[in-house]
Amino acid sequence: MSILEVKDLTVTFPGGVQAVRGVSYEVERGEVLGIVGESGSGKSVTSLAVMGLLPPNAVVSGSAKLHGRELLGMDDDELVKIRGKAISMIFQDPLSAFTPVYTIGDQIAEAVRIHQRMAKDKAAKRAVELLDLVGIPHPDVRAKAFPHEFSGGMRQRAMIAMAIANDPDLLICDEPTTALDVTIQAQVLEVLKTAQQETGAGIVMITHDLGVIAGMADRVLVMYAGRPVEQGPVDDLYYRPRMPYTMGLLASIPRVDGEEGPLVPIEGNPPSPSSLPPGCPFAPRCPMRVDMCDDEEPPLIPFGPGGGRSVACIRSHEIEHKGLTGADVFPVPVIPPSEVVRVPRAERATVLELDDMIRHYPLMKGAVMKRRVGTVYAVDGITFDIAEGETLALVGESGCGKTTTLQQIMQLAPPEGGRVVVLGKDSAKIDKAMRRALRRDVQIVFQDPMAALDPRMPVQDIIAEPLRAHGRKDVRARVAELLELVGLSPEHAERYPSQFSGGQRQRIGIARALALEPKLLVLDEPVSALDVSIQAGVINLLEELKNTLGLSYLFVAHDLAVVRHLADRVAVMYLGKIAEIGTVEEVYDHPAHPYTQALLSAIPLPDPEMERTRKRILLEGDLPSPANPPTGCRFRTRCPKFATQLDEAQRQRCVDEEPSVARLAGAVDHGAACHYAEEIEVITASDDQEEK
Amino acid sequence: MRSKVVLRRLIANRQARYGSIALLLLVLVAYIGPYFGAYAWTEKDFLAFLSPPDADHWWGTTSIGQDMYAITLRGMQKSIVIGLLVALISTGLAAIVGAFAGYFGGWADRVLMWGVDLLLVLPSFLIIAIISPRLKAGSSWLWFVVLLAAFSWMITSRVVRSMTISLREREYVLAAVYMGIPRWKIIFRHIVPNLSSLLIIDATLNVSAAIIGEAALSFFGFGIQPPDVSLGTLIAAGSGNATGYPWLFAFPAGALVLLVLSVNLIGDGLRDALDPGSNS
Repeated sequence: MSILEVKDLTVTFPGGVQAVRGVSYEVERGEVLGIVGESGSGKSVTSLAVMGLLPPNAVVSGSAKLHGRELLGMDDDELVKIRGKAISMIFQDPLSAFTPVYTIGDQIAEAVRIHQRMAKDKAAKRAVELLDLVGIPHPDVRAKAFPHEFSGGMRQRAMIAMAIANDPDLLICDEPTTALDVTIQAQVLEVLKTAQQETGAGIVMITHDLGVIAGMADRVLVMYAGRPVEQGPVDDLYYRPRMPYTMGLLASIPRVDGEEGPLVPIEGNPPSPSSLPPGCPFAPRCPMRVDMCDDEEPPLIPFGPGGGRSVACIRSHEIEHKGLTGADVFPVPVIPPSEVVRVPRAERATVLELDDMIRHYPLMKGAVMKRRVGTVYAVDGITFDIAEGETLALVGESGCGKTTTLQQIMQLAPPEGGRVVVLGKDSAKIDKAMRRALRRDVQIVFQDPMAALDPRMPVQDIIAEPLRAHGRKDVRARVAELLELVGLSPEHAERYPSQFSGGQRQRIGIARALALEPKLLVLDEPVSALDVSIQAGVINLLEELKNTLGLSYLFVAHDLAVVRHLADRVAVMYLGKIAEIGTVEEVYDHPAHPYTQALLSAIPLPDPEMERTRKRILLEGDLPSPANPPTGCRFRTRCPKFATQLDEAQRQRCVDEEPSVARLAGAVDHGAACHYAEEIEVITASDDQEEK
Repeated sequence: MRSKVVLRRLIANRQARYGSIALLLLVLVAYIGPYFGAYAWTEKDFLAFLSPPDADHWWGTTSIGQDMYAITLRGMQKSIVIGLLVALISTGLAAIVGAFAGYFGGWADRVLMWGVDLLLVLPSFLIIAIISPRLKAGSSWLWFVVLLAAFSWMITSRVVRSMTISLREREYVLAAVYMGIPRWKIIFRHIVPNLSSLLIIDATLNVSAAIIGEAALSFFGFGIQPPDVSLGTLIAAGSGNATGYPWLFAFPAGALVLLVLSVNLIGDGLRDALDPGSNS
């Protein structure tokens, strides 16, 4: 018997916004149901409706039964008894999910005492047990800490501890790892699995990350525009998607084990929930659309033999029959090859060169008499160069110094130590006029397309700003040209940024950066804020622009899959230092630094079979503070090699001596900063890793 | 481009249209209205003291027989100009000082905020009392405007400063820096427009504050001196008799309300025109 049974759930917000339009699903005991969808697809609203947490102006209809008891329309007094006991929820942002003024232990104990008669000291003890269960070190001490004293990953663990405090029957996880770094995400997902085994609860896992779902879920529900469009067992759905949207989604994600070449983009944007197209909501973006698609919305009907599978598409049988995949159906753009790359790298001009660059921030204390109490070693001596027509990706977790590096380059100011040479000009030796002239050639695209565009400026002015600043005359024509270049209509020049979708805004940001025909484009996580189906289009655009305009990219990202796709070379950063650098093929296929290996093994693959069989290298703990980095090798505190494979004498070397990037034997362009660097395969062959 | 788009949105905005028409009408009434009245503002009708509104004296008379219609319009002429100018100057000053202090920070911030704090703690009446004897000879209404404006911008500028500090970190401001745009241009192009909602509300509030405040300053011998009148002095004089002889108070106060209302409407329209998030 299923724990939760949702039937024909609809949620309507005032103004005719139909956020959820008929969702039905069941969750069995011990089962993980993954709900996938893009932002605005109604996946979070569905679960909030089940929990009874929607604002009072939302109109909910349908049915949601927990153990046969109807939850919808239940009054709040009764719901309170269910929430946190029978159903728990884990939210995306654990910082705002905890009250900042109480200790973590108190908050977990509170959760226990609300639903169970238990003495205070016993509840406190239980809280410590729970923290131990989710793998928090020294739980008795940490229980007395406040939420801000926990790192993001720790908070999410504590959140899970709180959620399982009363042995719930059902856990709803709403993007539980989206805000976390990949290595931390791997840890937290591991904890979730433990928690599930411990409680035997059913889990509803809501996320946009198809990789996470592949590894966690038993069954998957794909949502689009407030409705499920496909549902089925995870393997069936991933290997044999039968609805064009799912097919496109699966084909559009860049994969860390993937091939190079253009991605499969899904054109257009998800429809607004207040003005849905007639018929199938995906029809306007669907390459398989026929006239019949516009007649009526296809219902989610059982499909194929065996049951458990349902699809909402009138052409699903045809897809099944012909065995079509996303790459067959969706038109893949042809990206012209780059002219520059034909010249060997050594003979190309160097666009950007960083030589032992250092950026430290002082830590100050005191309000009136400020004194220096320490130093944040944000960037502590990094060296790399970018040749013409090349993309170098800078990857690493948050706090590793990626953004500081970018800012230092963009400021074109003399660095604290070392050299920054842009297009052959040393930033320490140029005067003001020269610096201004150099700004033409170096432009930046920011991460958040909403924050990067002045909300009060029409797009025309936004794109024209760099043109006017550098005295270009033919502004109007150039803006139209740029808009067309990035795939937008020039008629939209008078609109404000808020009238565009995320992907379109990012295109505007790219158009602005390209306005002055720069030679080097700095991309600060350009696609991480975008939905999966939009991402592919922007990545393809960047690739195409690079090839046609002969640009060089410095690409900063934490998503290693995107990097693999877009970059030629990659530099992995850890705590202000480069851990490993080299061509993408070398670094991804034969990572030599233990950190790179862990990073690569932590990335969830959108492939259920591989996710199940592959062995993860889990890192212990969190990133140390850059104000107080470990002596010697900075990674040694979390290094699995240091912990398990090295003997005492070898370890001593890691503690005493800081490794520098050394070129690996037998590789042309591949170096790692590890005393005991050893190339292994992480992504594809998981078996021989186990042997080692 | 932006100015064109904003202007078009402003014209399309109904509130702004009604507000401008109302303001235009008020100005017309203030300057052309007196020609239609039977009495000049300097005349006194010794046969009608404190007479209620009737066919002869449309808005009644004062205790010394002045025609309320004539003197209210006379007062309006002054007050419209003073109110609008003071609001523009003080809000403009607040925006510039606050934005520069917030954006540049450090040394500039400290000096500017020190000045602001000084102006805040110094009692404005005291300063005016000290300055007033020296200016008396040439005391024109322009001095009046300057003094009123000089003492009404500080709090807003502190608010502007703190908002600027958060705007300064936005990526679009960074983007402008990396484009090589001079800092003062960034302030006027990116910072101030994003504060426009606050500034517009502040300016509309300042209009009425200036018109009322002018009455208090008249006491020190500035600007409008008896027998000349302004809306502020009329309201101050009439408020004591508001219940017994309501016309003494109601007409100038009504004129003030209409004036502020029309400025408010224009302000709201301007805010909507500048704010891409609004649908109007």
